[in-house]
Amino acid sequence: MERIPILRMGDCLLVTIQVDMHDRLAITLQDDIMEKISESRAKGLIVDISALEIVDSFIGRVLGDIAGMARILDTRTVVVGMRPAVAITLVELGLSLPGVITALNVERGLDLIRNTKNGTSGLDGRSEG
Amino acid sequence: MPTTTSSRIPEIVRHHEEQLLSEWVQRQLAALTARRDLIQDDELREQSRRFLIHLRDGLQRGGLAQEVGGAAWAEMRDLLSAYSLSRARMGFSPSETATFVFSFKQPLYDRLRDEVGDDPSALQNELWAATVLLDRLGLHTVELYQRNREEVIRRQQDELSELSTPVVQLWDGILALPVIGTLDSSRTQTVMENLLEKIVQTGATHAILDITGVPTVDTLVAQHLLKTVAAARLMGAECIISGIRPQIAQTIVHLGVDLGDVTTKSTLADAFAVALHKSGMAVTRNGHRALPAISSGPSSSTPTSSSS
Repeated sequence: MERIPILRMGDCLLVTIQVDMHDRLAITLQDDIMEKISESRAKGLIVDISALEIVDSFIGRVLGDIAGMARILDTRTVVVGMRPAVAITLVELGLSLPGVITALNVERGLDLIRNTKNGTSGLDGRSEG
Repeated sequence: MPTTTSSRIPEIVRHHEEQLLSEWVQRQLAALTARRDLIQDDELREQSRRFLIHLRDGLQRGGLAQEVGGAAWAEMRDLLSAYSLSRARMGFSPSETATFVFSFKQPLYDRLRDEVGDDPSALQNELWAATVLLDRLGLHTVELYQRNREEVIRRQQDELSELSTPVVQLWDGILALPVIGTLDSSRTQTVMENLLEKIVQTGATHAILDITGVPTVDTLVAQHLLKTVAAARLMGAECIISGIRPQIAQTIVHLGVDLGDVTTKSTLADAFAVALHKSGMAVTRNGHRALPAISSGPSSSTPTSSSS
């Protein structure tokens, strides 16, 4: 069965979605991530969706769910690399992914997670500073 | 139609072509609507000559009764569309453009009177046929003129909307988007796309939406602004809205619009300071008063303005 690899980088997990997500695959990914988080005790999770051209309402919800579940397991999730067209579509659909932290690319996402660990910048609050 | 098939207009146009042309051109040049400042006499003469040639060909091929939209008048239509396009660009008014065709009536009527003047009922038929034909050609010209002008206006609108939403980079990672004019759905789309593209290009983490140039904010505009903020957030950039005028602030509160947790600042400068602060940068004033570096001497160890 088709699976999306989950890579470990230090105490972060990196998921790069490079195939078009169908609903089944999204659910499998969600399960896998949760397993991996509890197994590795990762502090951060980065979901890179820069290769995704279509994010529908279901995938949007799954992304939100993953972030919520990860938070319960004490892991910070950053969704990175969303394309402009995808962002516009999601906003027009009314899915602005509340509660999901976003960054432009993987590097920025890693920075965000590192900064939270050092306690210099709050990842929890949107209205930091 | 029996009156038109037996019409003598095609014959008259063929036989008196030179005379018609010279009379017509004279009339056009003498008319009050002549724009000798915009068009050369030679060019006018050339256009009139070509009009007459196409009129002759059209009459031979299609006769009078046929609609001007038909195949017989295709060349004439091309000529008129080129004519009205150039007139629209040169700044002719609609009536000045239409006069080109309508002023041909008088020379043609004169010839008709000379040829069939002794038979009143035939003359009337001929005049009517000529009027219908020239009216249609004239209206066709005006219609094209109108369409060309609308095209020009539409293009200018596009350019204006493109120009009025520039995205500027204020600092490494900080973008500013000064919005000027009213935000409607189509413009919001342009604004959003421009901003998001620029965020990708520059890797910006902060974007300042400056609405000093927005005259009014209603619920729709506020909604559009919030959409832009949400889209930028999805790309990983935080938005700050600046330049909200006192009246607009009142309107927003009265309308019950919830700007959520969007940071707002009164001026672009304030917003810029916030963005710098959040990116971990600071602009410091030079220790000395603003003396030129050269006059302060080579050995000076003045602290320079720095960003850390």
